[in-house]
Amino acid sequence: MSAVVTMRDQAAATTIDLLREDPRAALVLAEISTDRFARALEGFPDRAVNVGIMEATMVGVAAGLAMEGFHPIVHTIAPFLTERPFEQLKLDFGYQGLGGTLLGTGASYDYATEGATHHGTGDVGVLLTIPGVEVLVPGHAAELDTLVRAAYANGHLTYVRGGAAANEASLPVTPGSLHVVRRGGGPTLLAVGPMLDRTVAAADGMDATIAYTASVAPFDLEGLASIAGERPHVITVEPFYEGTLAATVTAALRHTPSRFDTIGVPRRFPSAYGTAAEHDRDNGLDAAGIRARLEALLA
Amino acid sequence: MVSPTLEDVRALMARATGDEKHDESSTSTLDALWVLYDRVLRVDPADPDWAERDRFVLSKGHGPVAYYAILAARGFFPREWLDGFMRHDGRLGSHPDRLLVPGVEASTGSLGHGLPMAVGVALGLRAKGSSSRTVVLCGDAELNEGTNWEAILLAPHLRLGGLTLLVIDNHSSSIATGSWQDRLGSFGWPVRVVDGHDHNALETALRATEPDRPTAVVADIPEGEW
Repeated sequence: MSAVVTMRDQAAATTIDLLREDPRAALVLAEISTDRFARALEGFPDRAVNVGIMEATMVGVAAGLAMEGFHPIVHTIAPFLTERPFEQLKLDFGYQGLGGTLLGTGASYDYATEGATHHGTGDVGVLLTIPGVEVLVPGHAAELDTLVRAAYANGHLTYVRGGAAANEASLPVTPGSLHVVRRGGGPTLLAVGPMLDRTVAAADGMDATIAYTASVAPFDLEGLASIAGERPHVITVEPFYEGTLAATVTAALRHTPSRFDTIGVPRRFPSAYGTAAEHDRDNGLDAAGIRARLEALLA
Repeated sequence: MVSPTLEDVRALMARATGDEKHDESSTSTLDALWVLYDRVLRVDPADPDWAERDRFVLSKGHGPVAYYAILAARGFFPREWLDGFMRHDGRLGSHPDRLLVPGVEASTGSLGHGLPMAVGVALGLRAKGSSSRTVVLCGDAELNEGTNWEAILLAPHLRLGGLTLLVIDNHSSSIATGSWQDRLGSFGWPVRVVDGHDHNALETALRATEPDRPTAVVADIPEGEW
């Protein structure tokens, strides 16, 4: 039996644990992953429901459960969790001051064969426009488990960005944590979630500090300023649209003149299918592509 | 405390708007809201968050003057608040905010949000073993919004007997709405269409719940009358 647990399977396992442990935990699905969550739907039919293919109502129903004191977990594929029901997230949760967990799967271009309709590269960017939102980007299934447990009852709308891309090992992440993976001179590479391993590979032999976070919001602003040093040059390596973290990083470095560069998914609609690895290659987001970008930026 | 009268409410509405002309859309809701708060809903103005209260969601959040006036008349908040209606330093906007106004369950304004949330509220109440009911008010034109029809499809599937959809039909929809019995009935909702000004008819229809499926009440307001 494989020891590798996917984030999607971990999402179901963690959710079922929470439903068992906490009578205020609730689950709302919109057809996606009903097989993986079958034990939740069967075991807790009063507070675990599949609403069918209606994502806006999935979010509205979850908000109604939150109004009654439940901690709803909402799960589907990234674009249908964040972009399609955006106004329900903004108003039913954000404006109303309610908490809930958006436990996503299929981030970035996991659904590489499906075309842009199924890609989630603008997910974090749109969510960050909601005041008070929290965005967690695990790089490993164990991190997803830790972050969901830490955040599911935090009283905020919280997106946990699950996807197929992952690092080999997990780090002891918490909401708001920032980790130094390697210290060096030169720039600070800030790897987000599943971008860590490929960033470490890309920077092999380079004189650079590598920092890691699985927590976009809250974000450790002081920590980054401290790590980046007196003449900061921060280069983000982001699994979503390039520059999504620009406002966050510039806020962290606001006290001193600094340089900021971003490596992420180019802001264009893809016109290719195939595999996520092929999209990484096209987007310059495999280790070789990141290496080439770093060399160009530091030339 | 002496129970408020409908005349008290009308006076409070005038106090909010600053004249005798009532906002059109709030007047179309006045009789139905009056009947809900006078005869149907179990609520406690002294304890707006009472766990056993019935839940009321004003999905059609615009034109809330009648709603505010009834809540104030029943003592959910001081009547003086009506003087600040839509003012920068007031708590009563032209759409209600649950974080600002005692007795308001949902912050609304953007159409098509209340019914899906009310489905979640009714589901949560049932999961808690509560006998409280959930009533959600929508406008006929608001039902143009597709999210309502998602929820109208979903609620009978979930067998939400605690849920009542109250449609204020003042014939404001530019899109033909057809027969409510046919449209809502085909989704599995029993429908009662009543004169939107007839208090006894509204009360009878709003009390007629069913254990295993949601119910709809359409309060008909004659065309051209607001």
